[in-house]
Amino acid sequence: MRVRFWGTRGSLPVALTAPQVKDKVVRALLGAAGRKLDTEAKIREYVDGLDFTTAGTFGGHSPCVQLELDTDDYLVCDMGSGLRPFGHAALRQRAGRPGTYHILVSHSHWDHIMGFPFFTPAYIPGNRVRIYGCHGNLEEAIRRQQEPPSFPVTLSVLRGSIEFVPLTPGKTHEVAGCRVTPKIQHHSGDSYGYRIERNGKSVVYTTDTEHKMDDYAQTQAFVEFFRDADLVIFDSMYSLADAMSVKEDWGHSSNVIGVELCQLAGAKKLCLFHHEPVFDDEKLAAILEETRRFEQITREGHAVEVISAYDGLELAL
Amino acid sequence: MRLELKQTRIADVVVITVSGRVDHANAEQFRTLLWPLLASCAASRDRLVLELSGLEYISSAGLRVLMLASRDVKARDGTLVVCALQPIVREIFEISRFNIVFRVLPDRAAALAELRVAAPAGA
Repeated sequence: MRVRFWGTRGSLPVALTAPQVKDKVVRALLGAAGRKLDTEAKIREYVDGLDFTTAGTFGGHSPCVQLELDTDDYLVCDMGSGLRPFGHAALRQRAGRPGTYHILVSHSHWDHIMGFPFFTPAYIPGNRVRIYGCHGNLEEAIRRQQEPPSFPVTLSVLRGSIEFVPLTPGKTHEVAGCRVTPKIQHHSGDSYGYRIERNGKSVVYTTDTEHKMDDYAQTQAFVEFFRDADLVIFDSMYSLADAMSVKEDWGHSSNVIGVELCQLAGAKKLCLFHHEPVFDDEKLAAILEETRRFEQITREGHAVEVISAYDGLELAL
Repeated sequence: MRLELKQTRIADVVVITVSGRVDHANAEQFRTLLWPLLASCAASRDRLVLELSGLEYISSAGLRVLMLASRDVKARDGTLVVCALQPIVREIFEISRFNIVFRVLPDRAAALAELRVAAPAGA
């Protein structure tokens, strides 16, 4: 199983500004001073050695994560703005062949559904789009965002087959050949995390969720949900202090809680996700380093690998 | 190491020393031990020092208890500072940004000075 991140930012999409790009170029050129970079191969080798914040960016699409399976179907979590580039990539890959797209939706807040009106496969006859979720009003939310005055193309105009498939929290369903178990999460209007298992590998997609760690029963329930997962994609939008004070009940979590839950659950890899849109690349990179340090100083035996999601990240499990 | 809280009064400042570990399994016990001590100084608007030199580790659930304690003290127009953090706990405070939420002092003398109380000899 491969995991591709098409959108990793929370709340709303963001983009690098021209001054931010210029700063990266200046830093790269400063580092190149005195080097003889006279071929493309040498330049690429030099760029590959630069730190991520100079040579790359975390990106700014809102949530969309693809689980690439060993089947002909597609499986993605959430329909944030990252769904648009995912759709284009899938169409290129299929080269005109119809496809089936399975989409698990955590909840219907804008940042998690805003990509659907721009999901080109849904407009093409022969394609099948199956949208799964636990909210009773999911279809209504998707239809409403495509109705005037919000958007000029209603859902009924789409020529692909669009199906809405209700899921039951706590029950294991078969979706795209995977075992998928939704779990209710603390968020305004509720959200649902998904544990996805196939061929002995497990991914937990758990975003837009606030954890009250002093609620022992709730914590244990999430520990079981994360148990021995190969990858936990985790909402780490706020600092712990913010999540417990000025942003309490805003429905998001922190890097610290992600580490603690993964440690308790024996999860192998924690992926920080749903990045705060006001944070720049340097801030997000610093948070990743701090989180790795936190995992190190609080580790008791089991080590959790900590990474941070960015648009374009691919992981092989 | 067993979780233990002790209370000392220096003038009108209450110093609560915490030793042991606070993790998600005993955070509720931490709250149960701390709350009566907070309540005992509620009436006279005491100023509080949490001395954490014996605290080896604190989880997010334990930090939540500290957050609630701080709110409780502020609601009574009281003052709460923390001091004498072990290096690991200091790092946990920094990474979780609790060093911004709390006034963190290096030791008891500094905490008492912050609260404008002269530390007695040996304090």
